[in-house]
Amino acid sequence: MARCAGRSLGALSIGLSALVAACGADRHPQTTLDPASDIARDIAGLQAMIFWWILGVLVVVTAVLVYVLFRFRHRPGAPPPRRIHGNNTLEILWTLGPAVIVALILVPTVRTIFRSYQEAPEGAVRVEAIGHQWWWEFRYPDLGVVTANQIHVPVGRPVHLSLSSADVLHNFWAPRLAGKRYTYPRLPGPGGERKNFNVLLFTVEEPGAYSGQCAEFCGTSHAHMRFRVVAMGERAFDDWVADMGGGGPPAAEEDPGGIEPEDDGASATAQDTVARIPSDARVEQGRALFAARPCVACHAVQGVSQGALGPSLTRFGDRWSIGAGALANTQENLEAWIEDPGAIKPEAKMPGTRVAGGGMPPTNLTDEEVAAIAAYLLSLK
Amino acid sequence: MATIEASVPSGAHASSHPKTGLWSWITTVDHKRVGILYGATALFFLLVGGLEALLMRIQLSKPENDFLSPDLYNQLFTMHGTTMVFLVGMPMAVAFFNYIVPLQIGARDVAFPRLNALSYWVFLFGGLFMNASFLFGAAPNNGWFGYAPLTGTAYSPGLNMDFWGLGLQILGVASIMGGVNFITTIINMRAPGMTYFRMPVFTHLALVTSFLIVTALPVLAVALFYLTFDRFWGTQFYVTAAGGNPYLWQHLFWIFGHPEVYILILPAFGIISDVIPTFSRKPLFGYALIVFSGILIGFIGWGVWAHHMFSTGLGPIADAFFSVSTFIIAIPTGVKIFNWLATMWGGSIRFEVPMLFAAGTIAMFLMGGVTGILLGSPPVDLQVGDTYFVVAHFHYVLFGGLVLGIFSGFYYWWPKFFGYKLGHGLGLLNFWLFIIGMNMTFMPMHFVGLLGMPRRVFTYPAELNLATYNLVETVGGFITALAVLVFLLNVLRSRGGERAGPNPWGGFSLEWATTSPPAEYNFSAIPIVRSREPLWDAEEGILAVTTGEPPEPIHLPNPSFWPLLTAACITATFALFMTNLWWPPLVGFALTLLMAINWAFEPTGH
Repeated sequence: MARCAGRSLGALSIGLSALVAACGADRHPQTTLDPASDIARDIAGLQAMIFWWILGVLVVVTAVLVYVLFRFRHRPGAPPPRRIHGNNTLEILWTLGPAVIVALILVPTVRTIFRSYQEAPEGAVRVEAIGHQWWWEFRYPDLGVVTANQIHVPVGRPVHLSLSSADVLHNFWAPRLAGKRYTYPRLPGPGGERKNFNVLLFTVEEPGAYSGQCAEFCGTSHAHMRFRVVAMGERAFDDWVADMGGGGPPAAEEDPGGIEPEDDGASATAQDTVARIPSDARVEQGRALFAARPCVACHAVQGVSQGALGPSLTRFGDRWSIGAGALANTQENLEAWIEDPGAIKPEAKMPGTRVAGGGMPPTNLTDEEVAAIAAYLLSLK
Repeated sequence: MATIEASVPSGAHASSHPKTGLWSWITTVDHKRVGILYGATALFFLLVGGLEALLMRIQLSKPENDFLSPDLYNQLFTMHGTTMVFLVGMPMAVAFFNYIVPLQIGARDVAFPRLNALSYWVFLFGGLFMNASFLFGAAPNNGWFGYAPLTGTAYSPGLNMDFWGLGLQILGVASIMGGVNFITTIINMRAPGMTYFRMPVFTHLALVTSFLIVTALPVLAVALFYLTFDRFWGTQFYVTAAGGNPYLWQHLFWIFGHPEVYILILPAFGIISDVIPTFSRKPLFGYALIVFSGILIGFIGWGVWAHHMFSTGLGPIADAFFSVSTFIIAIPTGVKIFNWLATMWGGSIRFEVPMLFAAGTIAMFLMGGVTGILLGSPPVDLQVGDTYFVVAHFHYVLFGGLVLGIFSGFYYWWPKFFGYKLGHGLGLLNFWLFIIGMNMTFMPMHFVGLLGMPRRVFTYPAELNLATYNLVETVGGFITALAVLVFLLNVLRSRGGERAGPNPWGGFSLEWATTSPPAEYNFSAIPIVRSREPLWDAEEGILAVTTGEPPEPIHLPNPSFWPLLTAACITATFALFMTNLWWPPLVGFALTLLMAINWAFEPTGH
């Protein structure tokens, strides 16, 4: 990983390279050692600096320990050691030594702490990330877009992520981009929506797909609460927003200063571009079934349904996975998922064709109907 | 040496209490027997907690494994943490406090012998109650830290978290009673001349630990009462829909939780502070600094709790404050390590097994200490917090520091407990298997965390490319388990070996001034102490330990079965909450009172 070693992080990478053959993201997609955003880079730099200090302390003290154990081992016939009880000068020195080291570590630490709490600049893309047992809801309040488990952001523009939870505590962790912070349920009462709110602010440097996951234990299927951040150029991002049925974002080239758009709720304009008319008959059958069956009670598809209890399925065919990282997104897997989600992701709050789930009765879909619905969902690109 | 011999009991004053048989153990109030009961029980739970760890390691040995169901995995990691902290770490320290502290201060027993027995029985029943949850298929499954609101009935309707909340409450009762007992014992029952600054560091840190126990455990009790009220009586302390704030639990839990870390580690520091001077043949270097740094750690330990919450978004000022306090606590900890090294410097080090374990404790704890510096920096926590890096860190602290320290204590004091040494060869094997096993298990976890694997996940995707590390960890886990089996084999093989004299290692403190094992009354005459190393004074011909007046008939507390019965009623009172009826706990409470009254009027005559 030449790129990885070349960065400010290089120090840490080289230090570990004897044991970690490759720290790069193409081998370890959730590595903290190959940052791809401004704040992740700051943190990695601090981490590397502290790493060198503690490595020095570890090596020196361990060396002294080994030296002492060999040098002062018992030798037959040697006179008994003197009964020394201490030495004040030494005590003062080895109290001050660590104090100086921690002071040196503390200064950049505090600087980075404040950087990690920066306010969102104008023109930042505002996204609300809401943790659910066990999936992520992403809302773009300025763009009228709602999606799940896959968040799209433009490269080079600050992303302001406000974190909350619909149920228990979760923790949004995008290692290469943002670090992590907890999500707390919104509190009721006046101003409650502003309490316990956490924020992550980051600017992605390069296009790509970055994986992350929930880092706080949140119940049975916590391990399958993963997500992906897709970073794309401004133009591609605008297209994506339009495809998702969102209102037009401010065009970056027209407005380099970037003014936060008002949320005027004008999201109906792009509806036609979503849920493109499928040609295949099975897909058409699936579309009709989806709209007629209980699916729509929980799942939204832009222009088709409004359900909000489960993840939005708008442009589901573009998703990297089924069930927040439980399965790869293929026709076969999707059929298996619709038949019995709980078998794949225990306690997933969704009923199967023959089993109840999430407080809902079985859907009683036939195999053929399941296949049609799966084909329809995968056609949503 | 003559003065030493004189303090060894002749056996002429042996009491008439029964010495063998089940009944003698059930009714014992002898601190040494209670200590052995504590140690044996904690060792049993160590095997249980270790087995839970091995099952988890099998599950994680490859990506997307289905050896365990997610829910069973969640039960196992919850019970592994809860068991190792509350049923192994704390009671193992209490086992050593029980056996060693009265001997080190020249006392005949602890201050409240029956209360001591009561603590043990409550601990045993609490541990069994918590583990009984497995029989219902409903072991606690929300993590040993039990973050609200997941623990509420809305998200955890089963019995799992009832077992957890009530079980911890029972164990807390035992710990607090033990803490009160040791504080009283150490303050009031020291032999003539045993000033605070002549006490062995082990006893000193037992005192600090006991103060932490009686102050920290009540905080947990409050947090658990809120949870129990929420679960059983519909209060809304942690119910977010009603305005309950999850931060409340987090703060309360970690205000308890961080002092708890020092409750676990300080006794191990105490053990090696006794072992290192003995085997270096040199007094502890910087005794006062080690003692004061221990006390300082006890105080500052109360001001660092939010470093467990650096990614909860407390704000820059709070993060900076707790980062500073966390870094500050590194200083007294470093001072301890330097003083241990200085104790060995210029000494005459004998590589007996206890000394190897003590050296291993320093080396492994150091590793956990320096990664703690990394974790003390809040921005770094935004990345490595809640990942396997943290798991690696605290296992170097708690396995490397606590468990190796405890094993140093086993090998060091075993001849005092049972009158014979544990085998040297198997001891060496035990030590090296531990070192190899734990490093294979926990070293790769640093990288696994840095490379993106969070904690408490029952599985991980192959795309993270962490399978090899995880497999190495699993193999390391089994090597560590093998080390524990070697220890058990050593215990069996060494039984009834060569009799150890009163002081087989050439130790300096008072427990070595009496027979191995000591008679029920410890010392035939209470020794008089003139320095920090009374037994070494004696060797040099300075009259440090004397026998005082010829002994009168020695009054010892009678055996009693009331502690056992009272403990059963205390446990029942808590357990009966699970009936979800109002009156059964009241019946349990009434029975507890009845037992207490009987206890109070029990004759104490000779």
